[in-house]
Amino acid sequence: MATFAHRNRRSGRRSPLTSAALLLIGLLATGGAYAAFTATSSADAASQTQVTKLTEEGEKLFAANCASCHGLQAEGTEDAPTLIGVGAASVDFQVGTGRMPMAASGPQAEQKPVQFTEEQIAALATWVASLGPGPAIPDERYLQGDGDLAVGAELFRINCAMCHNVAGAGGALTQGKFAPGVVGVSAKHVYEAMITGPQNMPVFNDANISPEDKSAIITYLQYLETSTSPGGLELGSLGPVSEGLFIWIFALGGIVAITVWLTAKSN
Amino acid sequence: MTVTATTTETTASEATAETQVEPGKGMRFVNWGANYIEDRTSLSGFVKELGRKIFPDHWSFMLGEVALYSFVVILLSGTFLTFFFQASMTHVVYDGSYAPLKGVGMSAAMASTLDISFDVRGGLLMRQVHHWAALLFVASVGLHMLRVFFTGAFRKPRELNWVVGFVLFVLAMGEGFTGYSLPDDLLSGNGLRIIDGMVKGIPIIGTWISYLLFGGEFPGEAIVGRLYTLHILLLPALVVAAIGVHLILMIVNKHTQFAGPGRTQGNVVGVPIMPVFAAKAGGFFFIVFGVIMLVASLVTINPIWNYGPYDPSPISAGTQPDWYIGFADGMLRLIPPHLETELWGFTITWYILIPIAVLGLFIVLVAIYPFVEAWITGDKREHHIADRPRNAPTRTAIGAAGVTFYAVMWAAASSDLIATHFRLSVEGVTHFLQAALILGPIIAYLVAKRVCLALQKKDREIALHGFESGRIVRLPGGEYIEVHERLSDYDRWRLVSYEDYAPLMVRPNAKGRITTGTKIRGVLSRWFFEDRIAPVTRSEIEAAHHDH
Amino acid sequence: MAQADGAETGTAVERHEHAPRAAGVAVVSDDRVQNPGFPPYRPRVSDIDPVKERQNERRVFWLFLASMIGSVFAVVAYIVFPIHEGDMDSVRLNNLFLGLGFALGLLGIGFGAVHWSKSLMDGHDLVEQRHETRGKPETVARASEIFTLGNKESGFTRRKLIRNGLLGALVLAPLSAIVIFRDFAPAEDPVKLLKHTLWEKGTRLARDPNGIPIKASDVTIGSVFHVIPENLHESDHPLEEKAKAAVLLMRLDPADLHVSEERKDWNFRGIVAYSKICTHVGCPVALYEQQTHHLLCPCHQSQFDITREAEVIFGPAKRPLPQLPITVDEEGYLVAQSDFHEPVGPSFWERSL
Repeated sequence: MATFAHRNRRSGRRSPLTSAALLLIGLLATGGAYAAFTATSSADAASQTQVTKLTEEGEKLFAANCASCHGLQAEGTEDAPTLIGVGAASVDFQVGTGRMPMAASGPQAEQKPVQFTEEQIAALATWVASLGPGPAIPDERYLQGDGDLAVGAELFRINCAMCHNVAGAGGALTQGKFAPGVVGVSAKHVYEAMITGPQNMPVFNDANISPEDKSAIITYLQYLETSTSPGGLELGSLGPVSEGLFIWIFALGGIVAITVWLTAKSN
Repeated sequence: MTVTATTTETTASEATAETQVEPGKGMRFVNWGANYIEDRTSLSGFVKELGRKIFPDHWSFMLGEVALYSFVVILLSGTFLTFFFQASMTHVVYDGSYAPLKGVGMSAAMASTLDISFDVRGGLLMRQVHHWAALLFVASVGLHMLRVFFTGAFRKPRELNWVVGFVLFVLAMGEGFTGYSLPDDLLSGNGLRIIDGMVKGIPIIGTWISYLLFGGEFPGEAIVGRLYTLHILLLPALVVAAIGVHLILMIVNKHTQFAGPGRTQGNVVGVPIMPVFAAKAGGFFFIVFGVIMLVASLVTINPIWNYGPYDPSPISAGTQPDWYIGFADGMLRLIPPHLETELWGFTITWYILIPIAVLGLFIVLVAIYPFVEAWITGDKREHHIADRPRNAPTRTAIGAAGVTFYAVMWAAASSDLIATHFRLSVEGVTHFLQAALILGPIIAYLVAKRVCLALQKKDREIALHGFESGRIVRLPGGEYIEVHERLSDYDRWRLVSYEDYAPLMVRPNAKGRITTGTKIRGVLSRWFFEDRIAPVTRSEIEAAHHDH
Repeated sequence: MAQADGAETGTAVERHEHAPRAAGVAVVSDDRVQNPGFPPYRPRVSDIDPVKERQNERRVFWLFLASMIGSVFAVVAYIVFPIHEGDMDSVRLNNLFLGLGFALGLLGIGFGAVHWSKSLMDGHDLVEQRHETRGKPETVARASEIFTLGNKESGFTRRKLIRNGLLGALVLAPLSAIVIFRDFAPAEDPVKLLKHTLWEKGTRLARDPNGIPIKASDVTIGSVFHVIPENLHESDHPLEEKAKAAVLLMRLDPADLHVSEERKDWNFRGIVAYSKICTHVGCPVALYEQQTHHLLCPCHQSQFDITREAEVIFGPAKRPLPQLPITVDEEGYLVAQSDFHEPVGPSFWERSL
């Protein structure tokens, strides 16, 4: 269910790849122009300036949107944890999936329409990352879905399936919390979730699941997303419960309707 | 020989009188064949007895057939699967065509199931037909039992057949569970692990039973082969035998029928086996098979490729048994925490023993209900007219309570999915269901009984005064009344012809004593029949007619 | 066998061939409404109208024809939708079209036959008389006579000694069959096996499934590792050993842990290892919430609080998950200090003996 809704929402926006490409082009263009005008300055200095600019913008955005809960210097308050050392990956995941800013307090922060543009998210992430060392936004080469499929499937079953279900359909946790469906989530966000451990999800650092293995898991998730079940409709991939309901309501229900026709006196 | 001739004559005379013509070549062959068989088997007696047997028509009488036909479908598709399936837990490395499992170690059972699914044309279809038919089999057995229960069709002389049917229900669940466990995938392996845990919880013998069952420590390398023997040999043989007994008894007792004009305890009204019922029932077999086939071609069931091979470490969120074992799984979930004691060093696991006891008691009550009701009513007559559920309010209420009890246990088996889908907490759902397990049946009992009595009252009203016609008439005195349209005798008969019982008058026996048994019977029969709406009598109808 | 139409109206009367049986608490009233008998036959359109009859006949034929088309289609689908190895879409198409062909072939026959019986076969209800299930008195008397004769001629009740001898022999015969079930399992005592796992002093904790050992420094706060003993793959029975030895490794802030005196040194700087096998009925308890530090079992929702030595806070389980005492070796790898101090997994009768 959640997966379905999620896909819908995603289709309404630009693809994250497009945005990334645009951003890259923009950066290159400014950088290139800058380099052309000041032939003496190095590319390093150019990107340094760019980072500084982003950091400043991020700080402003943070003060306006996040500081009421997380504190002006992201030091944390009674309502929300400190963000010093959570890294850019954490911000990109939480804000990029719409979980932050939180709309209302509930058992857990849930996915919502994203509130910021890609550029604003990048600015926020850069600023938070500047506060202390933490997981960075993953390298593109792990997000291509070209890892080892079988290894990814096995790692997914061992490390992820107990909460997210073997087919990635999600499942229940304690006290009204739940593990969301993971099929159809962008590779970047899946990777970020693994390295940062958002909310109650544990952290899977690179010593536990290496970047190549994370890439394999992403490969398996993309396989699940793009392949349709050979058997036909999947009934939400919820296992025997949905199968049982289906047989009672549709199959047996249909057959009972046929028995009524069968035994009714003909006109 | 002479017998055949007589039968042919009877049939010919019953059919519309056709002029006798010289039989064609085909007909001559059929006659020769019939005679050939008759000379060697005396089959004509059988045909004479059964050929024109009458079956009453009602949709609810077809539910047992759904079960029978799905079982035939199971046998057919299952036979196909046995040609490919390897019931072995030998470790192999999968090298089949499903990419995400390539190179993964698994049992030969799992690997062969994947091969059936992905490398045999129609193999996946047969697997899905087999599994869907199995779910339908148990579901239709359940619905058929409910029909028999709520219409009182288990009463004398059919109590024994109820027990045979009950045995079939239990066997069907056994067949289902053993089959569910065969592919040795992650889902079924964790199911077996739960069975292992439950068996270990049985006092004194549990550890050893588990050890013998699995051929060593869990999971061992024996269980799939053993369950396979049960699944394709022992249990099907028992099911076929029980179905045989069930059908023979049904023929001996003849089918029940609903009350209707001309229908009595002494006759059966309906269509003859040859040709109408044979065509209907035979056609219905193909319909049931076709529906199963349709579902199997459109809807995935048990995608073992997602679950992967069994490994004791992983598990999937939403691990549930097939629906018919759900009530047992639910009961395990509903038991409150910390129920375990140690006595002289021995561990007594109440959280397993109590669910087993509750489930055991529940199904034993289902099995013996006909005898309990027969004892309470003391009615030794045969009953061939099926009750309308409303005309046996206490029985219907007991049934509603039982269904509710079962349904709560069943819902509990999916408490986690209920929680995620309705945005509730698992704990809240569990606590609610714990309360519902106790209160639900009581509420269902009271509501069902009141509804039955109200419907009976309405029937009585209609039988006496007819339908409201919607026509308003002004009487000469200025009073407005709605004209009631009187029922035909045929329609009224359906409303007034039911058995009526009164509570037992507790009287001393020949020795002048009131035995405890009589006292209990008195209490129970008061519970059963205290609230009763007597059927309309002849004089009441006459009186009602004089009023108008 | 009579047709139940108007001709028989009012003639149906209950017949009692046998002595009437006790009615119990049933109310048998003389004032019952009388059975009005069979209603008149209502003819169907196909009985009256020959055009409609032919129409129905054609309809039945169309259904049978549809079935033929379906069956042929299934054969065609088998050939034109082959399975290409590794191509799941080809499996799906094969399943779909083969199944639809079969389904049409079956449903066509089914609906055709039923439609035939409903609209064209004789529509009259027929009546068959019932007889009490109990046999006729003379049959019953003869049956009981046969048993009496059998008893007399064999002396079954008279010759008590040999009868009891036979009964005794019959009871004992299956007993000998029961003992051969002993070899369903190997000779060892299961109780001993259940109380021992692969973990022992110095066994390294390794990652599931690849068996790479884990350094304490790898386990950051909030992490969870699915762990097997490093030597698992060398074991003769890896699955059976894994079913007992699977462990979940977590790192918490040491300040969050409430450690009892005797388990003071069982954790290593907030790294704790607990058996992954539920103490309820044995499912893997692996749903770790890193903020609440609760472990949830997805099978029956037992919940364990890792901060309080895995005590049960919800659900049917009784006992906490057994803790594996761990430390680090000189190379910094996490190792077990010993085996578990109690049997892992579901309870059994001899558990605490």
